[in-house]
Amino acid sequence: MKNRYLKNVSTLKLKSDQCKGCGRCLEVCPHNIFILEDRKSVIVDKDRCMECGACVKNCPFDAIEVKPGVGCAYAIIMGWLTGTEPSCDCSGGGGDSCC
Amino acid sequence: MEISSRELKIIQTTAELTFNDRLGTWKARWGINRMNFKVDPGLYSLGKPDSNSPVLVSANYKMSFDSLRKELNGVNAWILVLDTKGINVWCAAGKGTFGTQELLDRMAIVQLEKVVTHRTVIVPQLGAPGISAHAVAKFSGFKVVYGPVRAKDLQEFIKSGLKATTEMRTVKFTVYDRLVLTPIELVGNFKVSLMIFGVLFLLNLLGLGPFGMVDFYAYIGAVIVGCVLTPVLLPWIPGRPFAWKGWLLGFVWAVIVNILNGWNGWTAVPQYSILRALGYVFILPPVSAFLAMNFTGSSTFTSFSGVLKEMRKAVPAIIISIVLGIILILVNSFIKL
Repeated sequence: MKNRYLKNVSTLKLKSDQCKGCGRCLEVCPHNIFILEDRKSVIVDKDRCMECGACVKNCPFDAIEVKPGVGCAYAIIMGWLTGTEPSCDCSGGGGDSCC
Repeated sequence: MEISSRELKIIQTTAELTFNDRLGTWKARWGINRMNFKVDPGLYSLGKPDSNSPVLVSANYKMSFDSLRKELNGVNAWILVLDTKGINVWCAAGKGTFGTQELLDRMAIVQLEKVVTHRTVIVPQLGAPGISAHAVAKFSGFKVVYGPVRAKDLQEFIKSGLKATTEMRTVKFTVYDRLVLTPIELVGNFKVSLMIFGVLFLLNLLGLGPFGMVDFYAYIGAVIVGCVLTPVLLPWIPGRPFAWKGWLLGFVWAVIVNILNGWNGWTAVPQYSILRALGYVFILPPVSAFLAMNFTGSSTFTSFSGVLKEMRKAVPAIIISIVLGIILILVNSFIKL
């Protein structure tokens, strides 16, 4: 059975005009959401995106945008409590619930 | 004048895990010495590698390093361990410690260009959120090839000329994957649970109880539902937000607790009133919901935007429900006084 998360939330954007079809994003995406069509990358299932940012970091043409972040409730709570950006920093404090 | 050259420092390792390696992994899963389960960063040789052997990049979390080398039986390879402060590849990549800069620095420190004649490094695919392959190539001349997600596919990946199938490139989250993550969830909540028991004990002393066996197992049950049952049954529980999945199973648990104690006629406890039963329904499901929501951090498919969206609704609902439940149970105690 497939694990699926919330629909229509990912901040992933692909600027087709800048894409040269190198296929790097297909290689790095852990959820297999890109395909190549007519030598351009296309997003086939945006709802599987977990905003890890691998595609953005490895696109040589800056054709992809996403607001990368940790999908971790504990990190977000700690961010709220301390007034900082949520980060996957389980080593700090008593936090050992994520990653 | 002669230019002094630094010595090459290579550490030997093997594909076999010792009893201590396995014990260390088990301990880390239970949160024992987990933040200090490290190996030294640097260049390791596995088997009898030569200047043509592949270079595999890993993190200095010992569980990452061990799960890589144990899959390399019979392979001659170099393992380049980055300093990720003892964090696994994927999490460290998200933080940027498994990153372009650290990879470039580490290759320079170990003088990789003197060890191998080829110019390719194999980086685990889950390291990609931290690494810009094109930037690494530009600054070091080394080409980054992304290997499979799972180390067990590495031998086949190397055999097929560094080609990964779609299957090898896709992250999974099987029942077993989820199960091994549950001990740390339980351990992480142990301290909070002790505090709650302490408060209940104090309330008993103040005469606001009695809180007893039923409260104890009702709460423990809600914790197990949130930390173990919901993660294991994850894809089969209807709905998508983790908090909702936890709430649903927690609600089933609250009903079971009430049936066991008050509403079945034969094991009924005399002091078990409707207020107390309602109190459980208001308290137990949100406890499970909160713990299930925290499992988003262990999962492999939740996004920041998604978790934020579910939390904006779930957190206020959880707080309101628990406060209402506590009021009901305290009112119930006062009536009996």
